[in-house]
Amino acid sequence: MTTLDTGTTAPAKKRALSFEWLGVAPFIVFAIMFLILPTLYLVGAAFVDEKGGLTLANFAGLGTPQIVAAYWISIRISGASAILGALIGLAIALALIRGKLPPGLRAAVMTFSGVASNFAGVPLAFAFISTLGRLGLATVILKFVFGIDIYKAGFNLLSFWGLTLTYLYFQIPLMILIIAPAIDGLKKEWSEAASTLGATPWQFWRYVGLPILWPSFLGTLSLLFANAFGAIATAYALTGSSLNIVPILLYAQIRGDALQNPGLGAALAVGMILITGFANVVYLVISARAERWLK
Amino acid sequence: MKQSRFWAWVVFGVGAAYFLVPLIATFEFSLRMRRGYYSFDSYASVFADPKFQATFTYSAVIGLLSIIVGILIVVPAVYFVRLRMAWLRPYVEFLTLLPLIIPAIILVYGYIRLYNSSSIIPFTGSATGTDILLTFAYVTLALPYMYRAVDTGMRTIDVQTLTEAAQIAGANTPQIIARIILPNILVAVLSGAFLTFAIVIGEFTIASLLNRPAFGPYLQNIGANRAYEPAALAIISFIITWGAMSMINLLSRFAPPHFCPDGLTHGPLP
Repeated sequence: MTTLDTGTTAPAKKRALSFEWLGVAPFIVFAIMFLILPTLYLVGAAFVDEKGGLTLANFAGLGTPQIVAAYWISIRISGASAILGALIGLAIALALIRGKLPPGLRAAVMTFSGVASNFAGVPLAFAFISTLGRLGLATVILKFVFGIDIYKAGFNLLSFWGLTLTYLYFQIPLMILIIAPAIDGLKKEWSEAASTLGATPWQFWRYVGLPILWPSFLGTLSLLFANAFGAIATAYALTGSSLNIVPILLYAQIRGDALQNPGLGAALAVGMILITGFANVVYLVISARAERWLK
Repeated sequence: MKQSRFWAWVVFGVGAAYFLVPLIATFEFSLRMRRGYYSFDSYASVFADPKFQATFTYSAVIGLLSIIVGILIVVPAVYFVRLRMAWLRPYVEFLTLLPLIIPAIILVYGYIRLYNSSSIIPFTGSATGTDILLTFAYVTLALPYMYRAVDTGMRTIDVQTLTEAAQIAGANTPQIIARIILPNILVAVLSGAFLTFAIVIGEFTIASLLNRPAFGPYLQNIGANRAYEPAALAIISFIITWGAMSMINLLSRFAPPHFCPDGLTHGPLP
């Protein structure tokens, strides 16, 4: 496929080009075999019924109450952890960069964010069970020192808010890492010019700062959403299969054909690709726009 | 102005509490194995477990293989795209972003159905084949980070001039890549390598669905069956991640001035 393309674009230079293609070929073959074909195969499988005929029934099957509920919970958890993660991450980044905190603090927070944004999966679930589980340190201290029984008050780590709170542990650092360069892009001259013209700090943020950060903020928000939507290890280690979110449902499907219909499983996967793909496209489009302020 | 600094400290303090309390709580919990007083028993129990040693070694080996395969695939591609095939760059960049768009669980689902034992390339038909598939899966997961690391590294050197100089001196292309380009971007490549390792070492979804005896599924299994060992393992995992990230930070001090290690840590998680 790929070598044919060169032949058509630059036939005269074919000999000279062959070495270059040899260098790029492993990458292209790899991408086709392990990224493109598996995804296309699933998309194709979603349109095939159990006898091998073409069908749309698998997508109709996504309308069953269990699957709709799974998508809805997944969207709510991803949405809540993305919005809260983006807001809190922005607040922390603003405090660090514009709040005149000691400069050493920023380097420490950036390093920690790099670690925490990669500290996901099973160990993160363990950490939150040790903290906010029924016997977790924070739960026990709140109960015996402050007299607040969070479990009696309705909190449960294995629930919507429990999972959201856990996801924030990697969502906030990711936001800090991505938004910090955008905040650096707010030039000092702008706030000086604003205050020379008589603007209060509030007016500066309302009319200059936040409108400039807005595209970066929205873009990162969609990235965080996709990030949480595809995550499974943390949720699985935290709740087992008791929480009905899409990745866990898909995991059960791959493990043991839980939906008893491979085509429906493929349709479930295609639904996930559409949602994370859409969120990421939003991120890419918006971040390309946001970049013009960061030069 | 004083007020803004006050609020900055408040925000920072609340954030620090949220991030430090779980670490402290987990550490405290991991010390509680022996009734009545603190001990490192849970750590001793973890390190003495032959399954811990076996799964950790397995994941470390697969991680190293993924790093090597990743370098072999990415470095030549970035080199030639930079040198003479600039028109290919947007397509290559798009491909390297795909692992961020397609969740790992989807990729492995595709692998299992596409490369099953009755297909043309039956990766999952044998244990060795599945190990190879797992390695390629991890190369895929790490691709966005490895690509960006190598690309950033190559941006800071003059690929064109180095190549011409080497050609005049009589070097052929494999020699140029292996002996001229690679040493010059070693810091970037190593950063990508450490990040790959941090992502791969505790990966759960793909290893579990491919039924391989890796560290991630072992962690999950311990979490379902033990009380104190999971806390110890969480602390150990945090230290490993911290170690990998510190190495990247340390390396960036040896890098040319335009090299930005921050670019490596952006992006979603496995």
